[in-house]
Amino acid sequence: MTFIYLVLIAAVLVFGVGVVLWNRRRGARPAQQRTAAAPVAPAAPVAPDVAAIAESVREAVLQVVAEAEVVHLDGEHHPEAVDLGGERPTFRSRMAKARSALTGTLLGIRARTGITSDTWDDLEEALLRADVGVRVTDELLNGLRTRVKAKEITEPGQLLDALQAEMVSRLDGADRSLHLVPGAADEPNVWLFVGVNGVGKTTTIGKVAALQAQSGVSVLMAAGDTFRAAAAEQLTTWAERSGAEIVRGKEGGDPSSVIFDGIERAAAKGIQLVLADTAGRLHTKTNLMDELRKVRRVAEKGRGRVTEVLLVIDATTGQNGLAQAREFGAATNVGTDGSGVTGVVLTKLDGSAKGGIVFAIETELGLPVKLVGLGETIHDLVAFDPTEFVDALVTLD
Amino acid sequence: MFDSLSSRLEGIVKRLRGKGRLTEDDVDEMLKEIRTALLEADVNVGVVRNVVARIREQAVGARLSEALDPGQQVIKIVNSELTAMLGGETLKIHYASRPPTVVLMAGLQGSGKTTNSAKLARWFKSQGRQPLLVGVDLQRPAAVEQLRTLGRQIDVPVFSQPGDPVETARRGLEEARRLGRDVLIVDTAGRLSIDAEMMEQVRQISSVLQPNYTFLVVDAMTGQDAVGVAEAFHATLAIDGVILTKLDGDARGGAALSVKEVIGRPIAFASTGEKLSEFEQFHPDRMAGRILGMGDMLTLIEQAEQAFDKDQAEQAAEKLMEGEFTLEDFLEQMQALKKMGPLSGLMGMMPGIPKEMKDAQIGDDQLKPIEAIIHSMTPLERRKPELINGSRRTRIANGSGTTVGDVNRLVKQFAEMQKMMKRFGGMAKQQRGKKGKKGGRVMPPMGGMPGLPGGFPGMPGGPGLPGQGLPGMPGGFGPFN
Repeated sequence: MTFIYLVLIAAVLVFGVGVVLWNRRRGARPAQQRTAAAPVAPAAPVAPDVAAIAESVREAVLQVVAEAEVVHLDGEHHPEAVDLGGERPTFRSRMAKARSALTGTLLGIRARTGITSDTWDDLEEALLRADVGVRVTDELLNGLRTRVKAKEITEPGQLLDALQAEMVSRLDGADRSLHLVPGAADEPNVWLFVGVNGVGKTTTIGKVAALQAQSGVSVLMAAGDTFRAAAAEQLTTWAERSGAEIVRGKEGGDPSSVIFDGIERAAAKGIQLVLADTAGRLHTKTNLMDELRKVRRVAEKGRGRVTEVLLVIDATTGQNGLAQAREFGAATNVGTDGSGVTGVVLTKLDGSAKGGIVFAIETELGLPVKLVGLGETIHDLVAFDPTEFVDALVTLD
Repeated sequence: MFDSLSSRLEGIVKRLRGKGRLTEDDVDEMLKEIRTALLEADVNVGVVRNVVARIREQAVGARLSEALDPGQQVIKIVNSELTAMLGGETLKIHYASRPPTVVLMAGLQGSGKTTNSAKLARWFKSQGRQPLLVGVDLQRPAAVEQLRTLGRQIDVPVFSQPGDPVETARRGLEEARRLGRDVLIVDTAGRLSIDAEMMEQVRQISSVLQPNYTFLVVDAMTGQDAVGVAEAFHATLAIDGVILTKLDGDARGGAALSVKEVIGRPIAFASTGEKLSEFEQFHPDRMAGRILGMGDMLTLIEQAEQAFDKDQAEQAAEKLMEGEFTLEDFLEQMQALKKMGPLSGLMGMMPGIPKEMKDAQIGDDQLKPIEAIIHSMTPLERRKPELINGSRRTRIANGSGTTVGDVNRLVKQFAEMQKMMKRFGGMAKQQRGKKGKKGGRVMPPMGGMPGLPGGFPGMPGGPGLPGQGLPGMPGGFGPFN
């Protein structure tokens, strides 16, 4: 079996040498234009590029969508569109436990008479504990340090307020509406749900279906998770609860064909919205991600059009969330650049987890959080509100 | 995506060359990098603080040995500290004198309890036991159905009934006694650790069952919250061990360290894939390297085992060492390699890959032109690249959408590799000769790899862990025996 290992080394070596040389040559002759299929490895750090690309893609999408007379399902714009029944839970109440873990630290900061090195240590710890991540935390704090140095901020209370404003502004300006583009009766919208195992994709679909059905949209669910035992049963239960149609395939069958069938059925019956479930998959499994690529491609082949690709992320997820967002974005992308994911659903935010990874996902990849799960019931799945979210996280009771 | 600890320390280490002892300032600087590495691996902030303090104690004033550079020594200290923290006592299953031995599975939603209940049942079965699975997750739609399906796959009976979970658990225990099953595995509903009602329910289930083992199922991707969750479950249920799931992803898995540290219970099992067989007892040494992003050789090898067809790979390797490795073989192997996951991840796991190469921003897309070029060759050309003359080159370049220069480069690099591998093969053969019939597992010494063409600055003797480089892979070569 050592042989496998040898081959591996050989392949990686050859490949590595090739890439190094390739890049070097490119660096030497940057002006030369090539039409070759070989994508150019960017010499600059990737993150800002990706963000920029994602931003431009988002703008493009926004524009297209705006032209197509989007129905905003955002409660504010069309209160009648989604019946949240006045039961909408507040971020503040549901995230009380998450906040309480940070309370001690924040109280400590406020209690000090000035801004000391302990203040900075405490702030850093609070942000890290919220899974905000080292990089974003550093960025946030460096900005504040400058302002403190310039005597713009002198009191701990001001500092906390400034931090809060800074956090909100990082999440500001994104389009968080779910896109349901009206079209011909036989041209359903398709919302594709993707994510790693166990984040709550199926449950989220169930809730979205119920919410959409309540607001008068006709819904069909396509049980594209043909891998996990009984996933289709789980979805069927949700379909019964919300009165949605469901299309199922064989266990172990091809998810693309189940979803395709779902879309065709919806088109035939004049159903407006197809919610397509997919099996949970780790973003590192190349074959499974290829399967997802196919699902994404095939979903566009029929009479429907994919208007949302929603990445479901568990609020307990740590720094790996960024890798998930990046890989799923790449796999569901039908173009050449940017991300195919149109939005993030952050689930399980009603636990003690704080979901800080969304800061990195939004700022580094430009993927807006659209929905959050604040509890078990259907009405606990609500539109994401950055101001409420940050407030629930860091404002003391 | 994150830098490994060794590359983080590189800059600092350069300045330290030739020093005989680490000063406090040197150590401080390194500790800062260590801290960042641990935080990026999702180790809990509080736990990081403790670890860093312990490492400082060991590192300050540590006498620098001649053989290792200071960076390696610090890494060694960190690595052994983490291994010690993750390991310590291992969990040994003692079966109840009066069967069944009861195992209770608990954890958050989506951590993988149901799947891992089945995996655990399969493991007990492989130990010659007769498990019974009981599903008391009556909340999630179709959870019991999922357990039944899995039970069928591993041929283990599943008991459940609608109604009250506590009552179902009690009946499950009776059922196990009645059927004479000697291990009972109870899959509970996922719950948030802050849900008082649900926590009370699982406490009741636990008091009815009086389990011999209570396992907490923890997702390797969990962030800072792992600590809070573990503490809450431990306070309610007295956890005996942890099952770490989704280790087949690229999460560094700092949660493992955090949980181990706060509840002081061993990590008993690790789930390393979607298949029910992908479940094993936990290896603390691998985990330490992984948290540090140091290259996880054994995991890499295991992944390779899955991705490559064994016979084909052996043949290819034979050919490689004989110098008969063709572009066709190369293409095949490259495709198998791609199955193992993103290349950047693979490179990250390989110790001894120069930083320059790791930083080359390697994407899988970059394999495409190589593939395209090979695909555009005739079978004969693939076997005998020396045949490729000017007109063939142009055809190949046109066919693959690349340039003649690209084709040339590939052919040339391939020839270089063949030469290198032949030399490599020679060395391997010599060693095999020495080892005689003892079984041909041969590790060619990699440290002194002959100067490679282009970018390889002489392959320093493994910037990774001392002793984790290729020569003398330490002990546990398990999967190969």
